Amino acid sequence: MAKPKVAFYWCASCGGCEETVVDLAEDILIVADAVDIVFWPVALDFKKKDVAALSDGSIAVSFINGAIRTGEHEEMVKLLRRKSGLVVAFGSCAHMGGIPGLGNFWTRDAIFQRVYKEVPTVENPEGITPQVKTQVEVGELTLPEFYDTVKTLDQTIPVDYYLPGCPPPPDLIMQAVNAILKGELPEKGAVLAPDKALCDTCPRAETKPEKISIKEIKRPHEVELDLEKCFLAQGVICLGPATRSGCGERCIRANMPCRGCFGPTSGVEDHGAKGLSMIASLLGLEEEERMTEEDVKKLVDGVVDPAGTFYRFSLPASLLRRKRV
Amino acid sequence: MNEFEPKVVVFRCNWCSRDGETSKMESAANTKLIRTMCSSRVDPSFVLKAFASGADGVMIMGCHPGDCHYLSGNYKTMRRVMLLKNMLSQFGIEPERLKLEWVAPSEETKFPEVVGNFTSKVKELGPIR
Repeated sequence: MAKPKVAFYWCASCGGCEETVVDLAEDILIVADAVDIVFWPVALDFKKKDVAALSDGSIAVSFINGAIRTGEHEEMVKLLRRKSGLVVAFGSCAHMGGIPGLGNFWTRDAIFQRVYKEVPTVENPEGITPQVKTQVEVGELTLPEFYDTVKTLDQTIPVDYYLPGCPPPPDLIMQAVNAILKGELPEKGAVLAPDKALCDTCPRAETKPEKISIKEIKRPHEVELDLEKCFLAQGVICLGPATRSGCGERCIRANMPCRGCFGPTSGVEDHGAKGLSMIASLLGLEEEERMTEEDVKKLVDGVVDPAGTFYRFSLPASLLRRKRV
Repeated sequence: MNEFEPKVVVFRCNWCSRDGETSKMESAANTKLIRTMCSSRVDPSFVLKAFASGADGVMIMGCHPGDCHYLSGNYKTMRRVMLLKNMLSQFGIEPERLKLEWVAPSEETKFPEVVGNFTSKVKELGPIR
């Protein structure tokens, strides 16, 4: 029997999701044995025309990472959708927009202005910015359109499953690959990770007080972080209570609080709103009856950049999706 | 040109606002009243959903501090609203479009008054972007 065909593709991403496939280590040989990789721009020399030449639906599964930022991303994922039985949104950026999604706090014009004109190391006296079409002597040159708004993968094409994380950890990738190979997949639309909050599996769970009350917000660089104590109990924002588990607590073990790359548990419509609600509830909890409005305001203002903190990985997937301009 | 009539969503706590008054306001153009058991039931995502669905202003009504039917729900509401206002401005939504008001069941005229004042304020701000 022919091996199932698999494709990997990247859109607006950092390359970390490609790296995590390499992090499968020896397990990559099991994957390579079991499947036929027909497209993987970072590693193999297949081109778009090779994908286009395949018959529709002939790729068993496409793993697509990265957010949708340009016309090229959109064109490629639409092509892969047509050619694939299953599409898996791979990693935070495809799942929720990820770090590139923070671009939705700006506009295309503002980004071009900054990147191509204002950055101190840029020299661009003619003020040239990327154009979709440019006439030169030998003819017309084209570039993909840079969209004003970053989108998630499922805002662009139908997505069958989600592998969360920045990047997804190797054990979840192998579980997903095995489930696909055995045809033991859950209901479509599922996130292929546990559905409990991170606190549930946190190695610091025992040091989490019965009642957390934050007296003052501390940013990680402002304090010497205790190696074993619950971050929230140290006054440091940790999105563990509002974030899905399954990551292997990699940040926590490196003494960094959860920033929310796995997104919310199922049934939560807006990850950032849940994080905001959770942190606001804990602020000054023990003193809440005695605090004046000014005291409360001061404490709340200690959350520097709430939008960036609570939507670090999920702005395009949020209810508001982008800044209003 | 028609005059701009702002769409306003009012989340009202069950314990501090009376049905008689609210039914009058319900008939006011473009004002949507939603009753919750406590102002702290208003998840910040409810507010964001209202704005995302085209509301020009969102108001939350709760009992005065110290008077919460569930003892301390309104303190949480106060902190969530403050933090949410800070965040809304980062989204280009004027924080004045979100308003928290404390009312008591005995303050019969205050409820319709604050809703009226807020609606006027939102009218000044104009339609949401």
